[in-house]
Amino acid sequence: MSVPVVQAQGLTLTFQTNDGPVHALSDVNLDINKGEFVSFIGPSGCGKTTFLRVVADLEQPTGGIVTVNGMSAQEARLQRAYGYVFQAAGLYPWRTIGGNIRLPLEIMGYSKAQRNERVAKTLELVDLAGFEKKFPFQLSGGMQQRASIARALAFDADILLMDEPFGALDEIVRDHLNEQLLALWSKTEKTIAFVTHSIPEAVFLSTKIVVMSPRPGRVTDVIESPLPKVRPLEIRDTPEFLEIAHRVREGLRAGHSDE
Amino acid sequence: MIWLIAVLLFWLAAWAMNVWLANSKVAETKAIRIAVPVIFGVTLLVLWEGVVRGLNISPVILPAPSQIGATLMNSTDMLWVDFKQTVLKGALRGFAIGSLAAFITAVIIDRSRFLTRGLLPIGNFVAALPIVGIAPILVNWFGFDWQSKAAVVVVMVFFPILVNTVQGLSETDRMQRDLMRTYAAGYLQTLCKLRLPAAMPFIFNGLKISTTLALIGAIVAEYFGSPTRGMGFRISTGVGSLDIDLVWAEIAIAALAGTVFYGLVAWLEKRVTFWHPSQTG
Amino acid sequence: MRNVVPVLVVLSAIVGLWWAAVAPMNMRAALDVAERAKETVVPVGSVARRDISVFKLMANNHEHIASGYSLKRPRLPTPVQVGKEFWKTTGGMVAKGRAFSKRSLIYHGWITLQSTLWGFLLGTTIGILAAVAIVYSRVADMSLMPWAVISQTIPIVALAPMIIVLSNQVGIEDRIVPKAIIAAYLCYFPVLVSMVKGLRSPSSSELDLLKTYNAGGLQSFLKLRLPASVPYLFTALKVGIAAALVGTIVGELPTGAISGLGARILIGDQFGTPLAIWSALFAAALLAGVLVTLLDIAQRVTLHRMGFRS
Repeated sequence: MSVPVVQAQGLTLTFQTNDGPVHALSDVNLDINKGEFVSFIGPSGCGKTTFLRVVADLEQPTGGIVTVNGMSAQEARLQRAYGYVFQAAGLYPWRTIGGNIRLPLEIMGYSKAQRNERVAKTLELVDLAGFEKKFPFQLSGGMQQRASIARALAFDADILLMDEPFGALDEIVRDHLNEQLLALWSKTEKTIAFVTHSIPEAVFLSTKIVVMSPRPGRVTDVIESPLPKVRPLEIRDTPEFLEIAHRVREGLRAGHSDE
Repeated sequence: MIWLIAVLLFWLAAWAMNVWLANSKVAETKAIRIAVPVIFGVTLLVLWEGVVRGLNISPVILPAPSQIGATLMNSTDMLWVDFKQTVLKGALRGFAIGSLAAFITAVIIDRSRFLTRGLLPIGNFVAALPIVGIAPILVNWFGFDWQSKAAVVVVMVFFPILVNTVQGLSETDRMQRDLMRTYAAGYLQTLCKLRLPAAMPFIFNGLKISTTLALIGAIVAEYFGSPTRGMGFRISTGVGSLDIDLVWAEIAIAALAGTVFYGLVAWLEKRVTFWHPSQTG
Repeated sequence: MRNVVPVLVVLSAIVGLWWAAVAPMNMRAALDVAERAKETVVPVGSVARRDISVFKLMANNHEHIASGYSLKRPRLPTPVQVGKEFWKTTGGMVAKGRAFSKRSLIYHGWITLQSTLWGFLLGTTIGILAAVAIVYSRVADMSLMPWAVISQTIPIVALAPMIIVLSNQVGIEDRIVPKAIIAAYLCYFPVLVSMVKGLRSPSSSELDLLKTYNAGGLQSFLKLRLPASVPYLFTALKVGIAAALVGTIVGELPTGAISGLGARILIGDQFGTPLAIWSALFAAALLAGVLVTLLDIAQRVTLHRMGFRS
């Protein structure tokens, strides 16, 4: 039943800097299966963002293999296998919200009718219907980030790579977007890889939590979440939730203690 | 004496009015934003008029604004001929050719890191040079008519626009370029959809600097030889034959042309780069 | 420093292109000279040659191409010719002990430099004072700022002859004054704009901090606004000095001046000595380079001492 979408074997990435080599990733082995929601959590420098960038072919590994949909990362990128959401919304200020979502569709050569249909659909999906003609500077930070998610959903990629997408937003907006993201995930059945440094966020969203630790960047624990697929915000007060959160915290602490 | 006192009173009154307007509650409205500088400008003209009349300054030295205005109205035909020759033929054509050439060159050298690093410091340096000095050489090469004026303008506007465009094209941040990469976008797509729009504020900066340079180039080149028309020609011969009011009329036209030209480019900039923080305020 | 190699490569490419362009540019003149020296030229007569393209002429008379590189009055001199002429009128004059003779570019450069520096001083002062007025007074901001922009859209060259006529009539004989005024006219604007930006650059929290100390207006000006504007000032000064030089040369070009680099260009044009124009242009470029470099060094030293990261 579980089909691996992303597979990493012995993945290693070492940056050469003036202060000597930095081991951003060291021997990472990991499978992400179809339909999973996988969170990557760990302190800064643990390689969680780097891992995502390697999967996206924005960074070249120095060792090991990564496959996406059975292809190399580069082939997958050229086939537009994934949508990427960055830390900042990064909307083009000279395009309307609709125009920004249309951007990947224009580049990928969708027909005009398809573009309009998809823009309308994804705007509906992220709850931004009616904002198509607005410009980014007219929207709040949370709305901009939702638009950038819509931009990543607009084309037919069944993988969504999200790099701390809600990191810059305040707690209340963040809770709201987390709920919306879960609803969106169950509606679209995409595979999501999600980088965060918030334990509650990781536990609340994920079916699988990958705990990482720095120097060298590596995976210290992989936790399969027993929580049900449908999760109201209140689930965060249940003992099951707290138990997983506790385990994540322990994993993070273990990673720290051997410094 | 009467004139001088009247002018002084007018000046004080206008200044008081501006102070009152600028500190009033409606100071932020558009009408006041325009009215205050206009009052200031009118004050300067009145001051000029009053001083010329009050001190009985000879029109050969400094004509009064009213006299310049009258001359301007009486010689519209000649001024129009000069305007066509200098602004429409020399300056505008040179501006169009020069900015297009600079833009194309910028896009080409932008493809090579090496060329960009080599040309940018040189371009920056040349943009600061007194390029007007080449006017006599180009008049010698291209003859007396508008072609040589356009050539001077081409060289003068080329470097500011080149430097600004190259700089603007490298202005995208890493995240925006990564985004295009995740779409597997090609060079042309990235150029048209990301880098050119992002470069627009810079390109317009270069264009705005160049509007004035274009007029300067076209007028200076006429000092080194021109057919018997053109603003530069009329100014240099007018100074010689003491037609000072005509010279001032030409200056007024040149000033107006420069301001309108700049205003047009600035208006276009506002339309194109409305999204830029400098425009959204 | 990492730009040195690319800059040198591009520079040598430019010189190479220049060198290559000399042949076609000077071909007709070279043929005219050769014909007058009774050498065989195809076709005979400059009128007959007028309708034939230069490249065809070059192909038919290739033995005369080389003479285009040593013409006395070339349309386009070679870099070496310009270099020689420049040396003859600078270093050569110094060697003869006549550095400040009227035929020396050092003398003319000095004349131009004086006007430039006076204009720079005047323009910078006006620019800074106007900026202070604009930052502290709403009336000044609203009435001056639009006119400052408009003043720069007016082609100063049109005004230059009038400024000179006026200052002559008022009784100022010294040419330095009108030239310095024109230089200041071009120079004050970049200073004004940058200083307004610089004086307004302190954040509201920085200003609020001084308010909590109950600091006066002058204190907050001296301790916060002025130091904060220094990096902006230096950037503007570099633009301003280049603009002042342009202004001075513009002031020397059309007005029958007899000394100064601009006047050398004018005289070179009137007497048909292109080499003089080119070497004066070269001297002007050199002067601009030296002035901007000096200010750049001053900027680095000052900002470093003041603790700004550069």
